[in-house]
Amino acid sequence: MSVVIAFLIVGILGLVLGFGLAVAEKKLAVEKDPKLEELEGAMPGANCGGCGYAGCQAYAEAVYNGTAPAGLCSPGGAELAAKMGEILGIKVELKEKMVAFVFCRGNSEVTATDYQYKGMADCNAAALLQGGPVGCKEGCLHLGSCISVCPVGAISKDEKGNVVVDKEKCIGCGKCVSVCPNNVIRLVPYSQEWICACNNHEPGGKVRKTCQVGCIGCKMCETKVENSPFKVESFLSSNDWNKDQSTAEAAAEICPQKCIVRRS
Amino acid sequence: MSYIGIVITYVFIQNFILVQFMGLCPFIGVSKNSESAIGMGVAVTFVTAITSVVCWGVSHLFLIPFDLEYLQTIAYILVIAALVQLVEMVIRKMSPGLYQALGIYLPLITTNCAVLGIAVINADNGYNLLESFLAGLSAGLGFTMAIVLMSNIREKLDMTPVRKVFRGVPIAFISAGLMALAFMMFDQSLLSNLHLV
Repeated sequence: MSVVIAFLIVGILGLVLGFGLAVAEKKLAVEKDPKLEELEGAMPGANCGGCGYAGCQAYAEAVYNGTAPAGLCSPGGAELAAKMGEILGIKVELKEKMVAFVFCRGNSEVTATDYQYKGMADCNAAALLQGGPVGCKEGCLHLGSCISVCPVGAISKDEKGNVVVDKEKCIGCGKCVSVCPNNVIRLVPYSQEWICACNNHEPGGKVRKTCQVGCIGCKMCETKVENSPFKVESFLSSNDWNKDQSTAEAAAEICPQKCIVRRS
Repeated sequence: MSYIGIVITYVFIQNFILVQFMGLCPFIGVSKNSESAIGMGVAVTFVTAITSVVCWGVSHLFLIPFDLEYLQTIAYILVIAALVQLVEMVIRKMSPGLYQALGIYLPLITTNCAVLGIAVINADNGYNLLESFLAGLSAGLGFTMAIVLMSNIREKLDMTPVRKVFRGVPIAFISAGLMALAFMMFDQSLLSNLHLV
């Protein structure tokens, strides 16, 4: 008998509360614009945060409110940007997909080692100890913090021990960019072919002592090639993405350190 | 125990966060700025006060007359869950900004042990209706006080050079520990000194 009473009491309590909530929901309903709902439905739902917002829903709301442009979602890409523009009835400027790139080819064979590091396998931990075990204090530490933080597994080590990004898999969320203590990983346009894979701003003499493939700031790529897209600033060459890239290959050939590499 | 004694007990001596360590999730999660901390405090205070009354009613009208005290937890959780849903709807309607600021922590009041805690403590101490309400209200006030103090500390901490490894939540936990240490000085002798027992 007591079982029946217990069943009834909890059942009735649940029913009354549920009914009360249903009434309250009707009374306190907040009208949501169908456009906003459609926008939220169109999002990829990965919640990667690459757009700079807390998640897909937050970004959809920001676009709806006009506080964010439509093209920030890397996983969605141009397709999503166009769809968002269609839903909201606005014109969307398409941006090229940005993918991560490791600006360093200094594996243990070509770069000096300062000391043997036996701590936890984390770049940020290693960087606290005298800037890390690698001789170059601005280069890749090769401990793979970016590999473990990547949500899609696009980062790996190649046979030489260099950390490389698979540009097909990369969704451009920027998590590896923020985890890297030396800022060696940055986002570059998807179509970019020739890149100076070095992050060392020290003068040539110092670079030569620590690394065989580091940029020494000799300006060959800038001055010996006509209309070169490369420019050397504080002893480091960089490729201006907005310039004509037709002479980039010639600049790569002339580079004495061979640090301008073609991205596969 | 007098009514003033109950208020002092649940605001200071048995402060839910700093002495009993209940409801730490929103305490850390929503204490980044004082505005949302006050909103969270008011929401929790509302829920604890109403929960105390409704749970007293459920307990004395249904559970005790039918010898069903063993259903206490499930019945209380039902009441709390429904109340939190209601509060969420009201806040969403009245203040979308606060709704955004509280985020996930608002529905999480449901599983906040401070709310279930006060209902169970009321039942264990055999409080009457008014005492239950006061206990719930002052437990909420104590929560609000702790979270608002914490948010002010954290706003100051944001502008202080803190070592990278401690920045953010770790230094917040250390500060919370020191606050709790300070609250340890309140004990039952305070009540007897005030002649409230």
